[in-house]
Amino acid sequence: MTRHSGSRGQARVVPTLHGPHEKAFSLNSDKRHNDSEHESDAPRGLTKCSTGIAGLDEITRGGFPEGRPTLLVGGPGCGKTMLAAQVLSRGALEQGEPGLFVSFEEPPEEITANFASTGFGLTEALASGRLAIRSILSAQQTDAETGEYTLDVLLARLEHWLRELGARRLVLDSIDALFSSFAEGRTLHAEIRRVFHWIRERGLTAVVTARRSGGSLSRFGLEEYASDCVLLLDHRVAQQISKRRIRILKYRGSGHGADEYPFLISSDGISVLPITSVGLNAPAPRERLSTGIRGLDRMLGGEGVYRGSAILLSGVAGTGKSTLAARFAEGICLRGMKSLYLPFEESTNQLVRNMSSVGIALDAAVAQGRLRIEPIRPSEFGLEEHLMRMELLGRHFQPDVIVLDPITSFATVGNSLEIKGMYVRLLHHIKARGITLVMPSLTLGSANDEESSTGVSSLVDVWIIIRFRRTRGLRRRELYVHKARGLEHSEQLAELTFSASGPQVRELFPSDAGGPSAEGGTHG
Amino acid sequence: MADMVTGMHGRSGERWELRLFVAGSAASGERSFENLTRICEQFLPGRFDIKVVDIDLSPEEADAFDIVAAPTVVRQKPEPVRRIIGDLSLIDEVVAGLGLPRLR
Repeated sequence: MTRHSGSRGQARVVPTLHGPHEKAFSLNSDKRHNDSEHESDAPRGLTKCSTGIAGLDEITRGGFPEGRPTLLVGGPGCGKTMLAAQVLSRGALEQGEPGLFVSFEEPPEEITANFASTGFGLTEALASGRLAIRSILSAQQTDAETGEYTLDVLLARLEHWLRELGARRLVLDSIDALFSSFAEGRTLHAEIRRVFHWIRERGLTAVVTARRSGGSLSRFGLEEYASDCVLLLDHRVAQQISKRRIRILKYRGSGHGADEYPFLISSDGISVLPITSVGLNAPAPRERLSTGIRGLDRMLGGEGVYRGSAILLSGVAGTGKSTLAARFAEGICLRGMKSLYLPFEESTNQLVRNMSSVGIALDAAVAQGRLRIEPIRPSEFGLEEHLMRMELLGRHFQPDVIVLDPITSFATVGNSLEIKGMYVRLLHHIKARGITLVMPSLTLGSANDEESSTGVSSLVDVWIIIRFRRTRGLRRRELYVHKARGLEHSEQLAELTFSASGPQVRELFPSDAGGPSAEGGTHG
Repeated sequence: MADMVTGMHGRSGERWELRLFVAGSAASGERSFENLTRICEQFLPGRFDIKVVDIDLSPEEADAFDIVAAPTVVRQKPEPVRRIIGDLSLIDEVVAGLGLPRLR
């Protein structure tokens, strides 16, 4: 199989995998169908083209097959056209790969206008001269079929446009619109096959969109057999929350992720977030970050936490979890790094005001552009969408530290298993980028301090517990490090105090404090 | 015998302008021209013009008329514009598709 591999662009060679998933999830009827003309050139080692969408590259293990047709199937409004336009635009801008977008539904101006406001660079790609949009609208206006015909003219026009542009990437949007007014029959089937055959014969990396129809995938039921890679896009609304999913139904000659992956359409275009493929290969930096509180740094072996670790701060309401998190974020900014604070229960103004009362100047850090505060309402979106929004925020702002305050807020949006799943993904993604995560977590009522309601305790690297203790008519805050992976942490109890000069942590003498297990029911 | 019933409100005298797009030497091109001429002589005696466009020779015409299939016939006049595809072997389809005046 030497199909123009790597003659241009940054295509990657990906070893062929025949995993069990591929068998289980390939189209059942693949064998039943007469597909022999394509079976013969089943790829041994195929070249893939990056889609320009990190998550999609991940689940396709490198991108779409180079020099072959990929089919995007989905209902109306599921994002097919956008995905196709985004892949071409990213290819033009990031890989310098010219691409031709042919619409059978809308004139070029409309497509340009539709995607002008999205951040994936369609306008820039057009301006670069490496993206061209053409329309063929007459196919929908055929008044009769009077006998045999061929689509040679269509293919000749496409070839001409491709040559003009020097393009080997092509989008046909959508194949249904192209054939909408052609009667189903032998001629039509032969011509559909011919279009796909032409794509592979010319070695075009093509994305063909198809509207999902009823029980079968595509209208004619041929398109998915003629394509090397088939992706199904889906859009559902459950409990007033919209969920978009993408699934790879088939990838000839390649392994692929087999799950349904959530995707998001945002101002950036489409983002795909793999659920399960997060590897356990996060970097393990030795660099340490101060918590912004000297006493607490001392308890964590002297210098604070490792960069890229996940820190859980748990306690009942009012113990000062947010204050510790805000102090950490502020300290990071003071040292020239960046923090992203995502409050789930407070507005930016409330947070800034409340923190200034304990000597934490968040507004100054915001003014310097080192701190970004983005309040999030948990009930606004589903978990996946939240996750992806956080991902996007992280990607744009490139913070060193992210504060999620409090992570327990998500209990309102999903069941515990879903939430746990979300945290696992979030933690892996954030850690893989070397970002440090600070997560205040609300402990409810008189529950055991060491029981984390979110089930994330096993995933975190550092777990600090804060609680109230009443002594001699006073309520004091006590803090201890319950867990700190890889750090020589203190086993002592410490007192946490707040003043206008900021939070302070002072270790109590063991004689003064008693063991952590010595008392119970002391929560305020 | 070949009574013309136009039923088209005095448009009976109007000239028809048809454009037949064919792709080079394909046999269907020749056949479609013969079919179209025969049908027009029957339905539009003395008042039709057929212009044959070979897209292989003038590809710009394919863009100008947004052609995808060959053969294609575009009825330019009288308006409205209509287009049909195929080798014109199915006469009923041609008549209906082009909106030719019916014979009685």
